[in-house]
Amino acid sequence: MSAPGPARQPHRLGSGGHIDRSRTLSFRFDGCSLTGHPGDTLASALLANGVRLVARSFKYHRPRGIQGEGAEDPSGLVALGRGDRHEPNTRATLTTLTDGLVARSQNRWPSLRWDAAALTAVASAFMPAGFYYKTFITPPQVWPLAGPILRRMAGMGRSPTAPDPDRYEHRTAHCDVLVVGAGPAGLMAAQAAARCGARVILADERAWMGGCLLKEKTRLDGRPGTAWVADALEELASRDDRVTLLPATTVTGQHDHGFWLAADRIYDRPDAPAAGEGPRQRLWHIRATQTVLATGAIERPLVFAGNDRAGVMLAGAARAFVNQYGVTPGRRAVVFTSHDEGYRTVFDLRGAGIEVVAVVDPRPEVRGPLPDRARAVGVRVLDGHVIGDTRGHPTRGLEGVALHRYHDGGMVPVGEWIEADLLAMSGGWSPTLHLHAQTGARPVWDDDLLAFRPDPWRMPPWMAGGCAGTRGLDAVLRQGLEAGRNAVEAAGLRLTGAPPPVPAIDRDEPSEVGEGTPQAPLWAVPKPAMAGGKRFVDIQDDVTAEDIALAHQEGFATVEHLKRYTALGMGTDQGKTSNVNGLALLAEARGEPIPMVGTTTFRVPYTPITMGALAGESVGPRFAPVRRSPMHEAQAEAGAVFQTVGPWLRPRYFPRDGETLAEAVRREVLATRANVGMVDVSFLGKIDIQGPDAAEFLNRVYINGWKSLPVGRVRYGLMLREDGMALDDGTCARLAEDHVAMTTTTANAGRVMAHLEHALQVHWPDLDVRLVSTTDAWAAVAIAGPKSRQLLDLVTDLDVSNEALPFMGLTVGPVCGLPARVFRISFSGELAYEINVPAGYGDALWRRLTQAGAALGLVPYGSEALGVMRIEKGHVAGAELDGRTTPHDLGLGRMVSTKKSFIGKRLLQRPALQDPDRPALVGLVPEDGRTAIPAGSQLIATEHAAEAVPIPMLGHVSSACSGPSVGHPVALGFLKGGLARWEGQTVVAAYPLKGTQVRARVVPPHFHDPDGSRQNA
Amino acid sequence: MMLIPCPWCGPRPRVDFSYGGPDPADHPRPADDAPLEAWTRYVYERDTPKGSARELWRHAAGCRQWFVVERDTVTHEVAGSHPLPGAPRPVGEDL
Repeated sequence: MSAPGPARQPHRLGSGGHIDRSRTLSFRFDGCSLTGHPGDTLASALLANGVRLVARSFKYHRPRGIQGEGAEDPSGLVALGRGDRHEPNTRATLTTLTDGLVARSQNRWPSLRWDAAALTAVASAFMPAGFYYKTFITPPQVWPLAGPILRRMAGMGRSPTAPDPDRYEHRTAHCDVLVVGAGPAGLMAAQAAARCGARVILADERAWMGGCLLKEKTRLDGRPGTAWVADALEELASRDDRVTLLPATTVTGQHDHGFWLAADRIYDRPDAPAAGEGPRQRLWHIRATQTVLATGAIERPLVFAGNDRAGVMLAGAARAFVNQYGVTPGRRAVVFTSHDEGYRTVFDLRGAGIEVVAVVDPRPEVRGPLPDRARAVGVRVLDGHVIGDTRGHPTRGLEGVALHRYHDGGMVPVGEWIEADLLAMSGGWSPTLHLHAQTGARPVWDDDLLAFRPDPWRMPPWMAGGCAGTRGLDAVLRQGLEAGRNAVEAAGLRLTGAPPPVPAIDRDEPSEVGEGTPQAPLWAVPKPAMAGGKRFVDIQDDVTAEDIALAHQEGFATVEHLKRYTALGMGTDQGKTSNVNGLALLAEARGEPIPMVGTTTFRVPYTPITMGALAGESVGPRFAPVRRSPMHEAQAEAGAVFQTVGPWLRPRYFPRDGETLAEAVRREVLATRANVGMVDVSFLGKIDIQGPDAAEFLNRVYINGWKSLPVGRVRYGLMLREDGMALDDGTCARLAEDHVAMTTTTANAGRVMAHLEHALQVHWPDLDVRLVSTTDAWAAVAIAGPKSRQLLDLVTDLDVSNEALPFMGLTVGPVCGLPARVFRISFSGELAYEINVPAGYGDALWRRLTQAGAALGLVPYGSEALGVMRIEKGHVAGAELDGRTTPHDLGLGRMVSTKKSFIGKRLLQRPALQDPDRPALVGLVPEDGRTAIPAGSQLIATEHAAEAVPIPMLGHVSSACSGPSVGHPVALGFLKGGLARWEGQTVVAAYPLKGTQVRARVVPPHFHDPDGSRQNA
Repeated sequence: MMLIPCPWCGPRPRVDFSYGGPDPADHPRPADDAPLEAWTRYVYERDTPKGSARELWRHAAGCRQWFVVERDTVTHEVAGSHPLPGAPRPVGEDL
């Protein structure tokens, strides 16, 4: 496992922290070979190796280091993985170090140390908030040139371009109590619920559960806090039939009715599988009866000039690197804090051998247990002071801080620079309210806490610990216990068994001693005249205090406008550390209290979710199910070329000996018209309708009458939507007085079923009718052509003579030795039969018909030939039933019954739909007898043909084909006034996008066998 | 994701359902010979109430029954659901 090379980690302590020094992991960062230990994150391992510069910023390409230690870290974004596994913008602080991990820095060219675009920082005085908007608002010609350059320079990492080789999955889980966050409050809540027998899910975004008990040196029951964490986790794990522990899993969103999404970074778990084994990430869909949020709090940075250097770190993060990872993030430190709790940092850093040279505190005359302890150990406490500027080195980071005396918002330079390579800062803590606020809760400002608290009117979810604004570990633990028990009761379970005992905490613990002097609301240190650094509020988006003042000055004075104008809080961290400082500065600029300014909207997800996890298994062939006909295999053997039509895979044509599509279709059409062809029509929607009122029901949903349809006959029908427009057409066969077999078009099968169910359940529950979709229950083949009766006669003993089975007749009995229904209907215009057999016999039907028809010259044909023949015959299909056509438009006006009511009847009577000038169906043939008329062409008058667009439109071409049966191209289209106005005249079919124009003669839309003698034969 | 209580199947996630406009009791289908204005209102004009609403939903990926859901359009809280008149009774309902 250990690799040759530089194994030494110069900033690693010899002991302490929760890492396994007995094993060494090797990893690479920007090509350098480095090492770390199990228990490290990528961030802690980089710091252990003395790597301080990890990224370049998004706008100014400034050198940046690691500022936080968890999801809040705004700056330590890196690209993980190589090649197809490249994952940009990943937080180094949340990435568990694994052996062989490969990471690279982002936003730099040619290298992190020497970045060409960092020159923009020199020009940054000329790049204030709104720079891009202001610069490129005019002239518009500039953007096409500047856009690609700016896009290359700005923005975050690069997206991978190749398909992701990893697997992702979605998983659904149900529980009585979901606990989010496994710190002290969350662990207490989870134990309390688990002891009552509740089904519990405990999720935490960190790989190691325990929250602040891992990061701080706190003793519970006289033992290290980590020992208490281990016991709590062991107890929870022992109830594995009821309790699910989800480490490295971020609950990213609260959705409605107890539904939560959680992103599980399986490869960040301490027990991660070997690379390539199992899914890489999992998106949990959790439905929880009750939820406890124990999401903790996020520390706020202080805003002062030069606060973005590597080495300027949140105080809590500095403690966590020392206490949890045994890493020293610097050798000589200054602590800059506006409240007592920041003084804890002094003792932890000193304990790790880091020299703490001073504590800088803006509050005058600070007294209190922790500041007094700091003084007692000899640390220089500079109360009534602030840091006005910093100096440093581009790659090494911070080298010194400038001290200023501070009083009532004014400051005076002391003239002293304190040498330091680590500045641990704390501007207070903000409860992590994101999940709480995502469904519309309005956090309320608390002037004592100097932070937003949860909305008391929008609980549950139960809130416990830091996220509820609670301070002091003892109070946090007790609140966790109470929240867990509240959740159990609210979930309708009984409180049983002994509650988990609250561990004893020494009153001397830094977490328990309380504050001496209240926190000072210091939102930004003023900028000294000579300061070199910028005062960054949001270091991910490079937004400064000056940008916020400028936005306000330019009228972007509401918080939502401020956000969009400056990009404050719009990065991948969504302003976790920066938002409150930004709001407070806006409030100052407006001269109003913070509650008047409010917060921006908290949106899901809490942290970014990879596209892979969102897609889950729904990729490639699993993106959507594929429907295949029951005779798919037989057709594939016959050489079918398949085509995706909606969810279906349909045979398009059956080429022979290297035929092209056009050649094969022409042959299939001519052979069918001359002899006999067969086509799979299993795709048609089929609905079985039964009940005494079946005919009455059809009467109400179709425009034509059905009461007179005798048993044993089939009829064509057209149904409308309630607005009078055609919805679908098809046939219905009356199998018995109370039994009808309906067909629909392939595309509308689902829609028609839903339409009929709606009509029956909502409008006419009194009708005694039942419906069931039988699309998948039947396989169907249409045989068409003058020899189709001869073929049918060969395969059945049924009487199929014209007398016994006339056009639109039906018969039931064995065909090809299979139980069948035979309908004599025709879409091609030929003598034709549709043979339906139970789906399981579909393959046999196709094969037996193929065999029996060989002597008659039977050819299989596909959807292309089917389409050609229906256009030649003038039947309407999907291109004509486009949701904008009435029965009259389709040439089916005579079908509309005047004797009965039906869906769509009343609105069909609207004057505009009765206008004789509406576009109506016509046939079109090229004047020259050979030029194809492209479908989609616009129809215009001949006298406008030479004009430039816009030209008055007369209609459009809906369907077109080469017309093999009639010897010239033909088309169907809609023309204002229809045949009545245009028959025999010439129009122009124009296709301006292709630059083509075809002069076409308007004819009736029946090109082949207009009198129907062939289908009636 | 909302949980919608199907009167026949019980609570199910919203993805199982499709929305179908207002409760027909509040938005009845006009008589066949009603004025065109009444039909136009029925087909094209829908209220978008803020707060409590009675809506038509269908358990499309389940029993395929249409029924009425009482729901708050702001908080998404569901107060209850009931079958349409004439629909089959849910199993277990008192006869």
